[in-house]
Amino acid sequence: MVGLEHYLTVAAALFVIGIFGIFLNRKNIIIILMSIELMLLSVNINLIAFSHFLNDLVGQVFTMFVLTVAAAEAAIGLAILVCFFRNRGTIDVEDVNVMKG
Amino acid sequence: MGVADITFYAFAATLLTAGFLVTVSRNPVHSVLWLILTFLSAAGMFVLLGAEFIAMLLIIVYVGAVAVLFLFVVMMLDIDFAALRGEMARYFPIASIIGIVLLMQMALLFGSWQEAEVARDLRQAPTPDLNEVHNTKALGMIIYDQYFLLFQVAGLILLVAMIGAIVLTLRHRKDVKRQNVVAQMHRDPAKAMELKDVKPGQGLG
Repeated sequence: MVGLEHYLTVAAALFVIGIFGIFLNRKNIIIILMSIELMLLSVNINLIAFSHFLNDLVGQVFTMFVLTVAAAEAAIGLAILVCFFRNRGTIDVEDVNVMKG
Repeated sequence: MGVADITFYAFAATLLTAGFLVTVSRNPVHSVLWLILTFLSAAGMFVLLGAEFIAMLLIIVYVGAVAVLFLFVVMMLDIDFAALRGEMARYFPIASIIGIVLLMQMALLFGSWQEAEVARDLRQAPTPDLNEVHNTKALGMIIYDQYFLLFQVAGLILLVAMIGAIVLTLRHRKDVKRQNVVAQMHRDPAKAMELKDVKPGQGLG
């Protein structure tokens, strides 16, 4: 019988894969953005699993808000990426030093 | 092991494999395609958990919008991905170490975790019986009632994101002729054209 623990394990593994992807693709910011999407998806799986096993709908409501923020973040991130590529001709993260921060 | 369990394991295996291939595949276009598979299997898991509306939302929003946006950006930008990938072998050990450490931390946390006895009493909105109200309607009744303000703020976030994305990517090229609508509307037809009676053999000069 598949229980809450199974879903939490899958979500934890997906989250770790997301972190792994960020460190593995240090240069390629597109894959970094995709890894962030994976991590947000694992959070969503957690919320839905708890919502199901506790019989509480609020988890699904919050999943929707996470989804909204993830979509907005992807749009803004890719817009910044396009803008950066136009100015610098590369998407290497190590070249992001225009602001000297 | 019932059908639901087998389905869960199939979706979970697909989800994790596709998620891993997103991070390690050589071609970013393939990464986006694996990302789509990841979202589809996550949607399948959500259906198993009885969250049909969120599952469909995931397919529409992520597969239909976000993944296609990624695909557009990957294909439109002329990026030398081979140069970006060269460093991957260098970062592999540190990435694996961090991943394994994080996984072990989560396992430790998981081993000592137990559900609080009062967890069920703290529920904000208990799921209604599926025979009375289906998932989408129940969700709508909560969103448009208890979480109405947050729902509006979520819409506002999307509006700001949309305007921000447009402002960031908009550019005016100098050497392209553009239509000036205000100048067009305010032009005076009487001054636009002048009739001259040119005498033969004299010209205008």
